[in-house]
Amino acid sequence: MVKLASAEQRAQKKATRAALGATLAELADAGLPVVAVDADLSGSTTMGKFGAAKPEYAERLFNCGIAEQNMIDVAAGLSLAGNIAFTGSFAVFGTGRTYDQIRNTVCYSNLNVKITPTHAGVSVGPDGGSHQMLEDVALMRALPRMRVFVPADYPSAVAAIKLAAETPGPVYVRMGRAAVPCVYDDGVQLECGKAYVVREGTDVTIVANGVEIREALLAAESLAEQGISAEVLDAFCVKPLDEETILASAAKTGCVVTAEEHSRIGGLGAAVAEALVRNCLVPMEMVAVDDRFGKSGEFEELLSYFSIDAAAIEDAVKKAISRKGLC
Amino acid sequence: MQDNQAQARQIRRDIVEMVSEAGSGHPGGSLSATDILVALYMNGVMAHDPQNPKWEGRDWFFLTKGHAAPALYATLARAGYFPVEELKTLRKLGSRLQGHPDSSMVPGVEVGTGSLGQGLSIAAGAACGLRLEGKDNTVFALMGDGECEEGQVWEAAMFAAHQKLGHLIAIVDHNGLQIDGKVTEVCSPESLSDKFSAFGWRVVEVDGHDIDALTEVLSACKAQPDGAPWAVIAQTVKGKGVSFMENQAGWHGKAPNAEQCAQALAELGEE
Repeated sequence: MVKLASAEQRAQKKATRAALGATLAELADAGLPVVAVDADLSGSTTMGKFGAAKPEYAERLFNCGIAEQNMIDVAAGLSLAGNIAFTGSFAVFGTGRTYDQIRNTVCYSNLNVKITPTHAGVSVGPDGGSHQMLEDVALMRALPRMRVFVPADYPSAVAAIKLAAETPGPVYVRMGRAAVPCVYDDGVQLECGKAYVVREGTDVTIVANGVEIREALLAAESLAEQGISAEVLDAFCVKPLDEETILASAAKTGCVVTAEEHSRIGGLGAAVAEALVRNCLVPMEMVAVDDRFGKSGEFEELLSYFSIDAAAIEDAVKKAISRKGLC
Repeated sequence: MQDNQAQARQIRRDIVEMVSEAGSGHPGGSLSATDILVALYMNGVMAHDPQNPKWEGRDWFFLTKGHAAPALYATLARAGYFPVEELKTLRKLGSRLQGHPDSSMVPGVEVGTGSLGQGLSIAAGAACGLRLEGKDNTVFALMGDGECEEGQVWEAAMFAAHQKLGHLIAIVDHNGLQIDGKVTEVCSPESLSDKFSAFGWRVVEVDGHDIDALTEVLSACKAQPDGAPWAVIAQTVKGKGVSFMENQAGWHGKAPNAEQCAQALAELGEE
């Protein structure tokens, strides 16, 4: 079990993206050769805070202007020269527009580049479907050598960025725009390839990550009042997936629900299904965005609109439990 | 020590033989780039050490037109990076010599290339990284003229000029042809000199088959690292040295058969 936030900490809302610039500065303070490369969004991604943290960090922040493809490959070149290079922009451009650069340069040559864009998922809200990146985990997960981290909140985003820095080679860290309540205690530490039990239970395993951890915990509380005991796992590390922890929990509870702020194609649910089908066939339900584009709206509204909120998880849990013994 | 002409002739023979043996590959753009590579690796332009490819004092080279891998492999092998006998394994299962360069396998290759338009950005990033360290290594990037149709090339051109990367030297192997025909007829990016100038680069044009002239120009650029990056437009002939391949777009990505290989080797002359 990892240590969860106190009631006071939970009341604080903070965006995962806010962790980026501050953590890069912290890593540089610790002596790591960090560089940041952004594409005219250094205020939004908070990479600007890294550049402003100390006068000598200004020259370690490179602004490519609105030229994301160049951004990825400039980071590649910086990594060849011995740096740990972090890239910015929004997830839709920082993984989608730049897929070929990430594939053919960063991953093919196994470079120490960390793909760390922000504004992923529906958290970018009113900007609408063009900007709501719901396929990024699928894209990044398919790439050989890429690791994929989806932190739940500010403290775990700090941990994920630090983990990316100490993990050699390509890493994707997914961050959001919206301020979200803290789930974890400050100073939480994460390990690559590990899933964490954030709530123990016996009737169903909910495997979630990102903002869906909070939704899963809310659902678990509500289910508990109805006599259903839900175990909640944080699979922040979608790749490599901690199959052992997930399968052990699934074997114990007998059914699984996945929850992600992402398309149901190719994301966490797909990764868990791939593991279950090879090892431990139990009923499984997926809470995810259907095969469609996003829509303008406020973040919280969109969680409900796309049926990826706590209520949707609760429904999926009941459905999964009802299917026990049927497959 | 062979003279430069003999070295270039040897590398062209290697290219023809290895592509013919592989049964596929890119002879045209390899033959056009050969003299540029000889100037860089064998005529003293680049500081490098075949016995220690990652030597800190080396100049960095990026083959951004990755399909000219045969020319790079032959140059590296003849320079002593790996055994010449290995050249005949090009493109075969189990070979280090992949169809396009893989840096995890081949000593002397800084990064994998093959997807066009990316190398100049990578070179610019490396140049930034070297400058951050206070190092004065020069960074070379060899591009194709057709490659300059890729939009990312101009993102990199903008960035490198903005960063004043005077120790970055882009060389355009200006052979005028791409897969579908003449570069000026497919979708012309010309004038490349004017475009690099407009982006704030220092531009020099040179005969891309005159090894001495190439050496002089590239060394002069390297000696002036302060200010804007350099674009060296090297006028070349696709398929240079093999009469039936010269100026033929069809030989961009086609292997000569045994008979054509023999004819090409006869034209190129003795080792």
